[in-house]
Amino acid sequence: MMNQQILKIVSLCALAATIVPSLLFFLGLIGQNAVTVAALIGTFVWFAATPLWMGHEPEIDDKEVQI
Amino acid sequence: MSEEGEVTGEFEREPVSDRALLGAGKFWGMYAGEHAAGTEFMIGPLFLAAGASLQNLILGLLLGNFLAVLTWRFLVTPIAIAKRLTLYYQLERIAGGSLVKFYNLVNGLLFCFLAGAMVTVSASAVGIPFGIMYEVPEATFGFGAPSFTVLVAIVGIVMAIIAAAGYEMVARVANIAAPWMISIFAACGIVSLVQMDATSLSVIRDGKFWSDAIAFVQAENLVNGNANADFGFWKCVIFAWLCNAAMHFGMADLSIFRFARNPSSGWAPAIGMFLGHYMAWIAAGLLLAAQIKLSQDTSANPGALAWGALGWTGIICVVIAGWTTANPTIYRAGLAFQGILPGSSRATMTLIAGAVATIAGAFPNLSNQLLGFVGTYGTVLGPMGAVIFVDFYLIKRFGLQEEYAAHRGVKINVAVLVAWLLPVSVGLYLIFAKEFYAAYAVVPCWVACGVIYLALSKFTQKPISL
Repeated sequence: MMNQQILKIVSLCALAATIVPSLLFFLGLIGQNAVTVAALIGTFVWFAATPLWMGHEPEIDDKEVQI
Repeated sequence: MSEEGEVTGEFEREPVSDRALLGAGKFWGMYAGEHAAGTEFMIGPLFLAAGASLQNLILGLLLGNFLAVLTWRFLVTPIAIAKRLTLYYQLERIAGGSLVKFYNLVNGLLFCFLAGAMVTVSASAVGIPFGIMYEVPEATFGFGAPSFTVLVAIVGIVMAIIAAAGYEMVARVANIAAPWMISIFAACGIVSLVQMDATSLSVIRDGKFWSDAIAFVQAENLVNGNANADFGFWKCVIFAWLCNAAMHFGMADLSIFRFARNPSSGWAPAIGMFLGHYMAWIAAGLLLAAQIKLSQDTSANPGALAWGALGWTGIICVVIAGWTTANPTIYRAGLAFQGILPGSSRATMTLIAGAVATIAGAFPNLSNQLLGFVGTYGTVLGPMGAVIFVDFYLIKRFGLQEEYAAHRGVKINVAVLVAWLLPVSVGLYLIFAKEFYAAYAVVPCWVACGVIYLALSKFTQKPISL
């Protein structure tokens, strides 16, 4: 349970790494290169951490087509 | 088996039982991850290319998405909760098994086109690191560069093989990716604003960066001898409202809301609409506006657009978005084809669906016509929802038999067949022969279908001896 909480916090930080740097870029605090690097790191961490806690059971809409 | 496992595997031909019902929170969580898909990378830039002003886009999409949510809440959810059956089983009981198979086949063919567009989208991103560019030829059925066509074939084959293995694995990837994808869309939009020097509220409110991009596209159209499109406020409203017409007016989402414990779950699509069909569309449109400002390139190449804003992360996002949208689409098309040939294996039919999608994906101009396709898709599939609506609310009041095919044992209910095909044929004629804006045809076809079904039932229904 404790591990799950930690993993969720890691995922949240990873998600933040994909969006917060773009806001800092918007405010002129960092460059675009830093945004792309942070987003890539955030992406790898998100896909490494999130499958470890996100439910494995199929959702009711998984077979449905969405546009 | 867990609650979720039960709901995906059971109740295909029976009402959902009370023990499997889900609370509203489940639907909000589910829809939060929906509608931020590969299509959004195409649709957003196409708005700009069609000349939609920023003001019309912001206000039109707001109103259109609100109307879509109301349609889900007040059209789909009450029937879903009262009947608790899938769309297909309800239709089978009203229209007959053979007619549902035909409807499913049409559905499957349209899914193949949609999946083809997603193959193109994914290939556009995969090609970026290899210098293989997505270019749209003049002819609708013209190929892109040979290297791009080969890439489409490879991507399509891989997607078809994965879809043939089932939907579960990709669905899991899609669920995991959903929050990340929404975040990436938002980041793309913000970075694009900075690339256009729109870093203050006054500049954003002024919207010159957007109108400049439209002016550039329109000037290029004039040079190339192409007509400039007119995409005003009401086109934005109607498109946002009806791009998912097959799901709400067409009642496909009965299959989802049959699990809803109470009607308030019907508001849940709001989160998907305003994240996917509002924020993500506008963000994707900003990507093209930024590309035009930076490189005077008007091509809506999803891979290149995302690369320009977020580099490798953008590429990964486009590939995953395209893949996770194409996979269930090819899977459902395979099921539809299998329904026509009951002795065939699902895997084989899925591979055939994947092959059709790959062929469609090889024509880049088809994906470039996604705005029109989505309206056509709603025009063709939406009217069947009117049959369900009339059967549920009106048919008994006119002294007629509800679920006629089930009670009479007919395979094809002629009233439904004519009521569906007649207005749809007129709608398709207007769209393809008269260049009628496709999304405008959805509601008239829906209403006409319902009225014709009711009128014809009066003449075709025979008394049922109980």
